[in-house]
Amino acid sequence: MNAIIVSALLGVVMMFSGIFTTNKTIIKNIATAGVLFLLAANLMEMNNLFSFNINTHDLIVTQRYGLFFNCIAYGATFIYLVLSGTDITEVGVNVAEYFALIFFVLCGVAILSSFNGLLMLFIGVEILSIPLYILTGSDKRNLKSNEASLKYFLMGSFSTGVMLMGIALMYGATGNFGMVHSNGLRGVVSATQQPPFLLVAGIVLLFASMSFKVSAAPFHFWTPDVYDGAPSVFTSFMSTIVKAAGMLAFIRVFENQYTILGPTWHIIVDFAIVTTLLVGNITAVFQQSVKRMLAYSSIAQAGFMLFALYANNTEIAKEGILLYAAAYSSATISIFAVLIKLQDYTLDGFNGLAKKEPVLAFAATVSLLSLSGIPLTAGFFAKYYVLAGALQAGGALWLIIVAVLLAAVSVYYYFRVIQAMYFKEGDPQTLPISGGFKAALIVVAAFIVILGVWPSALLSWLYF
Amino acid sequence: MIPVLLLFIPLVAGILGFFIKDQKAASNWAIVASVITLLTAVIGIYAMPASMHQFEATWLPSIGASFSVALDGMSKMLVLLTAISMPLILIATRNNNYSNPGAFYALMSLAQVGLMGVFVSMDALLFYFFWELALIPVYFLSSIWGGEKRIAVTFKFFIYTFIGSLLMLVGILIAYLHTKDQSFAWSSFTNTDLTSGEETLPFFLFFIAFAIKMPIFPLHTWQPDAYEQAPTATTMVLSGVMVKMGLFAVIRWVLPLFPFAANQFEMPIIILSVVGMIYASLIAMQQDDIKRLIAYSSIAHIGLMAAAIFAGGTLGLQGVQVQMFNHGINVIGLWILANAIENTLGTRKLSELGGLATKAPTMAILFVVLAFANIALPLTNAFIGEFLLFNGLFQYNIWIAAAAGVSIILGAVYTLQMVQKVLFGEVSAVTTNATEINAYSKWVLIVIVVAVIALGVYPQPLIDLTKDSVNALLVIK
Repeated sequence: MNAIIVSALLGVVMMFSGIFTTNKTIIKNIATAGVLFLLAANLMEMNNLFSFNINTHDLIVTQRYGLFFNCIAYGATFIYLVLSGTDITEVGVNVAEYFALIFFVLCGVAILSSFNGLLMLFIGVEILSIPLYILTGSDKRNLKSNEASLKYFLMGSFSTGVMLMGIALMYGATGNFGMVHSNGLRGVVSATQQPPFLLVAGIVLLFASMSFKVSAAPFHFWTPDVYDGAPSVFTSFMSTIVKAAGMLAFIRVFENQYTILGPTWHIIVDFAIVTTLLVGNITAVFQQSVKRMLAYSSIAQAGFMLFALYANNTEIAKEGILLYAAAYSSATISIFAVLIKLQDYTLDGFNGLAKKEPVLAFAATVSLLSLSGIPLTAGFFAKYYVLAGALQAGGALWLIIVAVLLAAVSVYYYFRVIQAMYFKEGDPQTLPISGGFKAALIVVAAFIVILGVWPSALLSWLYF
Repeated sequence: MIPVLLLFIPLVAGILGFFIKDQKAASNWAIVASVITLLTAVIGIYAMPASMHQFEATWLPSIGASFSVALDGMSKMLVLLTAISMPLILIATRNNNYSNPGAFYALMSLAQVGLMGVFVSMDALLFYFFWELALIPVYFLSSIWGGEKRIAVTFKFFIYTFIGSLLMLVGILIAYLHTKDQSFAWSSFTNTDLTSGEETLPFFLFFIAFAIKMPIFPLHTWQPDAYEQAPTATTMVLSGVMVKMGLFAVIRWVLPLFPFAANQFEMPIIILSVVGMIYASLIAMQQDDIKRLIAYSSIAHIGLMAAAIFAGGTLGLQGVQVQMFNHGINVIGLWILANAIENTLGTRKLSELGGLATKAPTMAILFVVLAFANIALPLTNAFIGEFLLFNGLFQYNIWIAAAAGVSIILGAVYTLQMVQKVLFGEVSAVTTNATEINAYSKWVLIVIVVAVIALGVYPQPLIDLTKDSVNALLVIK
């Protein structure tokens, strides 16, 4: 409960901070301190030290798992603000609002990690999404940013409609919003009976709209344009923390409901995984812009995260999605932070970066290695855990083999950036880079490597 | 404790090496570290009690992976090879200049960590880690300091091996889910509840990864290009030690894990290996570039070892281990010569060379001895190895042994052709200003040549080193 309340309050605080000061640095520092405070509040609840006690009639149920996810999300946000906070203040004039919106998104994250019913899921998704429509269009004078924002808003509203429709149908079938039964809504109807058509139709619609939110194929079409058009700092935020939260909600909502679909469930998830992996990986190969490549790569990574959905309740997959969230977020935030410092987003813009800015190139390399899942980086264990979870859940082997072969494809496009930085000559133009920025990048890279050698460093917090 | 030191010393040397800017200092640093590693390995293997040969620490207890390393019979030979090769390689190429030398030597040391780790790991996940760790430094070494086509060629090599690794990872997962105690330990992996039919899939997932690394025909296409384009010091690591990773991994991680499948598919694999031998030998005969010639000759030699592994039998398996060591140091010797010729004359083309024996007699003698070793003439170390290999193949199937024998004859043809074109005949325009080989390379070559002859006359030490491991393996099988 702490996280929801504190993040909403901090959002309001940030909104009004713009009245008292116009100094961008101060606003940025307030926001960074705010995230730390939020993290601390969340940790307090996790360790049973202090929490707001509000009777939500079981609409919100906080569990250690969800709180731990909050910690990862807020930790990642902290890294994000440290690395890219200054660049956020450069996007436009309404600096305080950007941070306020980020806190509202974080409030949505907290709801998605603790909702206990379809209604709260809907509210969480909306609180998460609406600030993003604004942030996407925050570069007001840039046509691409406006286009992306409008596109995102229209498509997002449509998917929201679909989700609401699904929830309504499910409610109509069962008279229940809840996930109170251990079998989810399946438990509401008699176990032997065929589930009513309305319930099945509702859950399929819900699946489609959640796929849209995590940009899983075939509902991914908005992703490249929106990620490419939005200001890079916000793309970084959207494609990491927000996406991980969406994925967590996706998994949580289907954790108990998937039995409604019976054997069809696996056909649907198989299809979603394969198409997402194929679309993301294959299209990313052909991109010339690194930013757009990262957009497709985020689709591809969503495909891997869907394996945790596939594995349903397996313990290792549940740990896996947390690890994936941490690994993927830290790597992507770091590579975006480097990207933002470059004037030229094309692959050629990275040429010769290793000579000019060895620290940036090194940090970007560690991140890219992690994204491609090379051992010794966090990305390896992230992929390992979700795949092991899928196998343990009796997953089809062909699916796993398709996934690892496509992971090999992903090496192709990630390594092209490494090749540009280290093996090609060039003189990349960069924005001024501070020593603190470099130090922060090194810390993130070290974090990625530590997680890659010893994932228990993070995961063991889940249990005590 | 010894295996931990063998990983730790080059790791520290590598990490610190990045900060050295000066060419000579970086080179000295790496050489000193590699010599210390060598001493540790030799003292550890011969003078320390067996209790020092193992180390185990918890790593990821929740999934059953541990940091478990050991110097057992199977790994001793290759640990020794890795430890000996590094100083030889670094000293022989000491006169080569590199831009950003600190990073070059640091990456060489890190590659050594990966190699050592592959050989000493007794835990499948740890093994997988080191398997990849050996690859990454080589990728950077070849892509930064390699020849003209380095980026594309090295990338091909990387993708090839990475696909193999990922398939192996799936294989590891399958085997892991069938272990009785949910553990990655080698002892658990050799004792899974996979039925003979279920073994097939993980067997191939593992085997493809190793076949790419060796490489076995038709998965060899990355190799000649990669050898040609990599900087010579890296090529030496690649062909001297790294290809042995594939052979070693089959002995350690395939035969004991999937005995039924290995038995079932041994015939097609042996035939592929022998086809590869003959194919590579025929191509080697057509080569004009010394580096490519050695690369193809290497494919032929590895093919023979792969065939002998699957043919099985005590002598054959012992032969493989002995031959892995011998081939390692012999091929490094040949690369040193190729490097020397390229550095002094600026070409590697056989058609442009000739009459080098009159200009550089010392080099010529060393060249001839190593060429003889490459054809496995008696009194050279390769003879005893190939003899054991052929013995194994012969007992398995006489026709296959005969076919493999053809490639030995072809081997003599192309090796002697090379000797003739480089050393004898008219002095060509290029070779008129040839000079004698530099002192570093010369002394390394002398060491190698002495080893070639000494181990050719008295191979018992090598055979002793492998005996208990082969017996252990046959018991499991």
